[in-house]
Amino acid sequence: MIEIKELKMSYGKSRALNGINLSLEKGQVVALMGPNGSGKSTLLKSILGLVIPQKGKIFVNETDIANNYLYRTNIGYMPQIANYPENLKVKELFNIIRDIRNGSKEKDEELLEKFRIFEIYDKYFGQLSGGYKQRVTASIAFLFDPDILILDEPTASLDPLSTEIMKSKIIDSKNENKLIIISSHIISEMEELADRIVYLLEGSIRLNMNIKDIKNGSGERLGKAIARVLQSN
Amino acid sequence: MNTKILKYILFELLRNKFIILYSLILMVMSFSIIYIGQDSSKAVITILNLILFIVPLICLIFGTIHFYNSKEFIQFLLTQPVNRKSIFRAEYLGLSISLSLGFLIGVGIPVMFYGFLLSGMYLVLTGIILTFIFTAIAFLSSVINKDKVKGIGLSIIIWLYLTIIFDGLVFLIIYFFNDYPIDKFIIILTSLNPIDLGRILMLLQVDISALMGFTGATFQKFFGSFIGMAISAVFMLLWIFLPLAVSLRMFKRTNF
Repeated sequence: MIEIKELKMSYGKSRALNGINLSLEKGQVVALMGPNGSGKSTLLKSILGLVIPQKGKIFVNETDIANNYLYRTNIGYMPQIANYPENLKVKELFNIIRDIRNGSKEKDEELLEKFRIFEIYDKYFGQLSGGYKQRVTASIAFLFDPDILILDEPTASLDPLSTEIMKSKIIDSKNENKLIIISSHIISEMEELADRIVYLLEGSIRLNMNIKDIKNGSGERLGKAIARVLQSN
Repeated sequence: MNTKILKYILFELLRNKFIILYSLILMVMSFSIIYIGQDSSKAVITILNLILFIVPLICLIFGTIHFYNSKEFIQFLLTQPVNRKSIFRAEYLGLSISLSLGFLIGVGIPVMFYGFLLSGMYLVLTGIILTFIFTAIAFLSSVINKDKVKGIGLSIIIWLYLTIIFDGLVFLIIYFFNDYPIDKFIIILTSLNPIDLGRILMLLQVDISALMGFTGATFQKFFGSFIGMAISAVFMLLWIFLPLAVSLRMFKRTNF
């Protein structure tokens, strides 16, 4: 589904990505982990075309994404913090997105209903709280039933109830044979959701394993198991 | 597809309190200048001089701030299946059209109300072209600087340079090289400043040579009114498209 080859990126003198090779198949939840500044966001943004890497190639569904934008039809993205123009109505944001996709019909309105977005349809974004904006963003990410979902700290600013709705939506999507990439700091949550951990450190992949193999039947907590594998590498 | 994104960006900006305020201030200003009651061409010149001062400043500052404030939204749009050029174009047109509408209402209504038809039309036209120019320059300065404070700083410096420092430099050059035939050189210099071009475009129409200054007089002497106006208009269009082309090029390569 996603194939990344020798991806390199640096901002000025500082290296953000140091030759990443990664291949991700559908039907799984991949947790992208690592400390701040390890290159997680740069990697996700390169897949989305927000960051243009200096070297290397990225293929999404076998298409090279360089100078291409239509491949994003198949990707749903939820940024860490979303901010929308104050004087824009929620309804209008949905219209913009519909228009960008040439009026293609929404296929998956589940989150729209569960997050009760219809109730705030006529409000301006300036009137909404951060949590509400995040719920709008989440429902947009899933709205067009994309094959790939990229979620950057999806539960960071959600309330507990919405977090649970979000989690079950992620698991449902996995069962629909989609690829879900989550960047997160919350290890317990990833233990619950993810099938595979990709651990980045200073722009390189230090670990790329299934959770089952990391734990290796030891019954440890995931955090401890990751630390053990990282040390033995 | 472009026009649809543009439509919503325009809706959003027209609800912006700042643009409404801008329009109101221009309107109060224009009405009071006309009401104080000089003859019509003098009133138009006074309004022109204020416009040449205010429009570039507002477009530069508001344009730069707006660009930085929209960054997260632009980023969001860029994750949709749409190319960067369309988004850039929609953002630029949205901002310059809404500022132009604010200007049109603020200055156009008073001027038309008192019946300065032809000169009023040129006044509005000059203001609108200046709006498009300085919004383009604001975008350029925002694309060059990743940091918001630096971007706004650069915009202020550009404004100071074009409204104050540039005139001083031209004066110095004229003063020192008075004895040489520098008319052509002055014309070239003038085309380097869109505000001067706006002044010439307007004044050649109103035809008050006394108020035209050195550059304006040279323009008229060289080209006559009509060709002079055409040339300054062409240069002003260049002032829209050059900054836009450069900033679009940079915008396409920006890492968000």
